Amino acid sequence: MSTNGVEPNRPSEDPGGGVPAQAPPVGATSGAPAEYPPASHAGRGMFGIHGSGDTSGFGGLVRRRVDPVGTPRPYGGYFDEVYDALDYAFPGLEDAIEKVVVDRGELTLHIKPERIVDVCRTMRDSEGLRFELCSSVSGVDYLGADDRRLHVVYQLTSMTYRRRVRLEVAVTADHPRVPSVTQVYPTADWQERETYDFFGVVFEGHPNLTRILMPDDWEGFPQRKDYPLGGVPVEYKGAEIPPPDKRRSYQ
Amino acid sequence: MSSPGYATERETTEGKVFNVTGGDWDTVVGGTDPIQDERIVVNMGPQHPSTHGVLRLILELEGETVREARVVVGYLHTGIEKNLEFRNWVQGSTFVTRMDYLSPIFNETGYALAVEKLLGIEDQITERATTIRVLMMELNRIASHLVWVATTGMELGAISMMLYGFREREYILEIFEMVAGLRMNMAYVRPGGVAQDVPDEAIVKIREFLALMPKKLKEYEALLSGQPIWHQRTKDVAVLDVTGCLALGITGPVLRSAGLPWDLRKTMPYCGYETYEFDVPTTPTGDVWGRYLVRMAEMRESLKIIEQALDRLKPGPIMVADKKIAWPAQLAIGVDGMGNSLEHVAKIMGQSMESLIHHFKLVTEGFRVPPGQVYVGIESPRGELGVHAVSDGGTRPYRVHYREPSFVNLQAIPAMAEGGLIADVIAGGASLDPVMGGCDR
Repeated sequence: MSTNGVEPNRPSEDPGGGVPAQAPPVGATSGAPAEYPPASHAGRGMFGIHGSGDTSGFGGLVRRRVDPVGTPRPYGGYFDEVYDALDYAFPGLEDAIEKVVVDRGELTLHIKPERIVDVCRTMRDSEGLRFELCSSVSGVDYLGADDRRLHVVYQLTSMTYRRRVRLEVAVTADHPRVPSVTQVYPTADWQERETYDFFGVVFEGHPNLTRILMPDDWEGFPQRKDYPLGGVPVEYKGAEIPPPDKRRSYQ
Repeated sequence: MSSPGYATERETTEGKVFNVTGGDWDTVVGGTDPIQDERIVVNMGPQHPSTHGVLRLILELEGETVREARVVVGYLHTGIEKNLEFRNWVQGSTFVTRMDYLSPIFNETGYALAVEKLLGIEDQITERATTIRVLMMELNRIASHLVWVATTGMELGAISMMLYGFREREYILEIFEMVAGLRMNMAYVRPGGVAQDVPDEAIVKIREFLALMPKKLKEYEALLSGQPIWHQRTKDVAVLDVTGCLALGITGPVLRSAGLPWDLRKTMPYCGYETYEFDVPTTPTGDVWGRYLVRMAEMRESLKIIEQALDRLKPGPIMVADKKIAWPAQLAIGVDGMGNSLEHVAKIMGQSMESLIHHFKLVTEGFRVPPGQVYVGIESPRGELGVHAVSDGGTRPYRVHYREPSFVNLQAIPAMAEGGLIADVIAGGASLDPVMGGCDR
């Protein structure tokens, strides 16, 4: 399918596959104890481990950060067709798109937040694209791996051509504003509310952006990676069990 | 002492007496709008027998007509997605199985397929494991549809249907117990394969079920299909056409009842569904009646798939060969469910230090998954169940999001209910088959 030697169904050679994440272990090859601080709160594992979190002495548990890399053309499979159709139907695509990533047989278009509605409308209406269904909208928090740490991910499905494409936008936690796509895909209504509820991304133009799964008076955004787990120590048969984020963990 | 608008008072031997003469009631009464005043707001749920779990509906009624309906969810939010980020990849299946508790196998399979795609080991999944997954999924689909027809029957007045539906579902749960050790929330489908091979007794039992079920389906249809009350409660009720379904993101039997044969098993096949012979039933009506017909027909199609899967079940491994991904131990079913086999415990505790080390590392840390993100969609009994899994290269999921069909489909309640009668709110809501454990996660 692909001409650049990468099968679309394999994980790509690029580390990270477009996801701002940490690289494979480094300490194991150098033999040195891991001296890097944890890349992110999330990377340090469950229970607030400082240092490498290594209990084995093997020293290979800290991962380096890698910047996400775009995939060069050709993308392989139907991805080139989708990109060309979008390029044809959407004038000025170069300004709206930040990066194209193909990984594990999936196409991800990183879109500038302010253009997401226009891109979605073209994706839905254009003859050659016809992404009629917005399957899913959700968020991911790449704390420590990306300056614009809050990502919103849209999974679009074309029922006509039986294709899937992922759109992704990134915003900072200080200014977490993304235009709402509910005008294009009404099904995004609750899913955007869920993303707001858990990540604090404000969808501008949403008809009723309120919490949906958490209680209305809840404070904070629970799925952000810096959200404290909380809890109190519990005494049981004379021993004290610390709250979850204070316990020892094996990473 | 007294001012206009306040009651006058005077002292008597019994004490102070107030004279309430009233004030501007005429203006108050004259100022109201009799039409508006007949609107009442009814709160239905979250604890109500007809709301399928803790679903809350706020209905604005004019007489018996629903003018506005609002859906409130979140009463069963358990933070499963957040919890997953603090457990390793294998432990994830124990959590996701508890989301949509009527279709646990689908939650597990979606999760397993996503993790396998992240690992890049889809082609290492053995044929037997895939066939068992299909077998279990289709049994689960029948069980889920049986609960649907049972509860919907009860809500629309057919109590016997409730008893029959749960009776036959029990049969499937017994099969599940034979195979996985548990009746529900089995954590049976794991990344890399399945946890346990299907025992021969279970195969016999499934064959018996295949012989039994067509008769039972005929019984249900004899009970419901010709019933005038069932017709009146379902026909032309809660209509939603294809355009409405797609705009609202509705998939599954509700979309198929509107006439679009969109079934991910056919249109975007996974687990080898393209090699099975079955049809995608549709109806053109788009109402509750159509959804009933579609679900009844789907149970028959699932029986066909189960039969084909049984015929294909050849002996072979049920897990990938990589022992890091496969659980280091051979699991066995004990009296209290599934656990490490006694031989394995004897080996790591008494014979092999290395086995103990590997066991410890894999149980406490788990295996690493290369960084990246994937989205896998499968056809659950309620529609497209999507799993968006992100890995940062660690031993724990960085983020797992479930696109839950119950959650998305519930958005259709206002579209179905507004302008209809209050009794049809129940029929319409039930026809979506929402499971709140899945919706709220």
